[in-house]
Amino acid sequence: MIEWLQFFRSILPEFYQGMLITIELTVVGLLMGFALGLPAAVARVYGGKFLRWLAIGYIELFRGTPLLVQLFLIYFGLPDFGVTLSRMTAAYLALGLNSGAYQAEYFRSAIQAIGRDQMMAGRALGMTRLQAIFHIILPQALRLVIPAWSNEPVSLLKTTAIAFLIAVPDLMTKAKLIASRTYDPIGTYLAVAVIYLILVFILSEGLKFLERRLRIPGLETV
Amino acid sequence: MKDKPVKNKILEIKNVSKKYTDQFVLRDISLTVNEGDNVVLIGPSGTGKSTLLRCINLLTRVSGGQIFLDDEEITAKGVNEDRVRQHIGMVFQNFLLFNHLTALQNVLSGLTHVKHLPAKQAKEKALMELERVGLSDRADHYPGQLSGGQQQRVAIARALAMDPRIMLFDEPTSALDPELIGEVLEVMRKLAEEGMTMMVVTHEMGFAREVANQIVFMEKGLIVEQGTSQDLFYHPKSDRTREFLWKITELYGKKEENVT
Repeated sequence: MIEWLQFFRSILPEFYQGMLITIELTVVGLLMGFALGLPAAVARVYGGKFLRWLAIGYIELFRGTPLLVQLFLIYFGLPDFGVTLSRMTAAYLALGLNSGAYQAEYFRSAIQAIGRDQMMAGRALGMTRLQAIFHIILPQALRLVIPAWSNEPVSLLKTTAIAFLIAVPDLMTKAKLIASRTYDPIGTYLAVAVIYLILVFILSEGLKFLERRLRIPGLETV
Repeated sequence: MKDKPVKNKILEIKNVSKKYTDQFVLRDISLTVNEGDNVVLIGPSGTGKSTLLRCINLLTRVSGGQIFLDDEEITAKGVNEDRVRQHIGMVFQNFLLFNHLTALQNVLSGLTHVKHLPAKQAKEKALMELERVGLSDRADHYPGQLSGGQQQRVAIARALAMDPRIMLFDEPTSALDPELIGEVLEVMRKLAEEGMTMMVVTHEMGFAREVANQIVFMEKGLIVEQGTSQDLFYHPKSDRTREFLWKITELYGKKEENVT
């Protein structure tokens, strides 16, 4: 045990760069997913025929196929169409598109939980549909969604490890390199597991804090 | 406003019908509401009273007939529904306050997002409306922290803030505990005294008798009888009206004594 701790300390600095990349992949993927998922959810619930089917198409396509396939298509497939992306960009894109599809479903369930009555009350005041969505529905839905949505950042953080397969220098890639150099795969992968665990813990606490900060008396019972 | 000699017509409902698939919910409804009128709609549940209110503020589309607000046909094609609704206040049975906003913010919502008033002016107006329903001291409370009666009063203030031409009340006290009904009716009574034009769907016969200058008895989507409260309560023409009033007085009679 003590031996392993010493080993862990010795390789920790090498993990630092990889950790930054992992965090970057998570943050960018999450934000991109948010930016895609929220409009997709709104379009799926409130959109006309065209927008609704566009949203459904996007969501089902990216939830229905393996992320790895999506990543490979983007990184290895797009060059055939003249679009060559850097490793990082390809990883961002795959993670963001995939996360967006999942986030859209979280948002959709929250929007539907807020219900038609709140929309009707907004419309009765003279708000347009869009105004009611922005001022009435989304502020409530986004609060309501936090506990369920909190799965997504945590899941995404771990999923970023897949970027290893197109040689993005993230935590996992670093671990592979260290393992082959030190001939200690168990020690190395244990170490990387501990780092992921710590990152997830910090992330979860941050999300809990966010949930508390945005809590509105009586709203949680909606 | 009340003793104005000439009353302006505010709302005119002409032969309105509403059909869901092949069932009529409203049949050939005609009704005129003048400025300062307090029209109370009574009748058994499921007879289209609420549907009629929803048709008036265009939350539901009529299947036939016309509705005029200040001589403009609001059921016509191409009418901007959002603009029409700004002039029609609506109070719902379940209050429907915006749960993420405080009482004050609820009242502000229409003023800032729909009327686009400057922040300071909007706040003054909103505070005034809360004062009007006696809830200045609850301005910073969220709906979840208010009693049902208080929530409904905030909902009334929210609708009033838009300076509507007419206020529609859809069973405003039906979801309330008996001891909270009084405070809401009190606010409505005050509004009526101030000359607000109102259409109220309610089972509170005491309120109807006291405040309404026109009572409309509806059943199965039809207006069975309409007239002054004197006419309907003391000299009903239709047997159905008499029967309904007798039943409802028996049901609600005791409670009324406490609130009126």
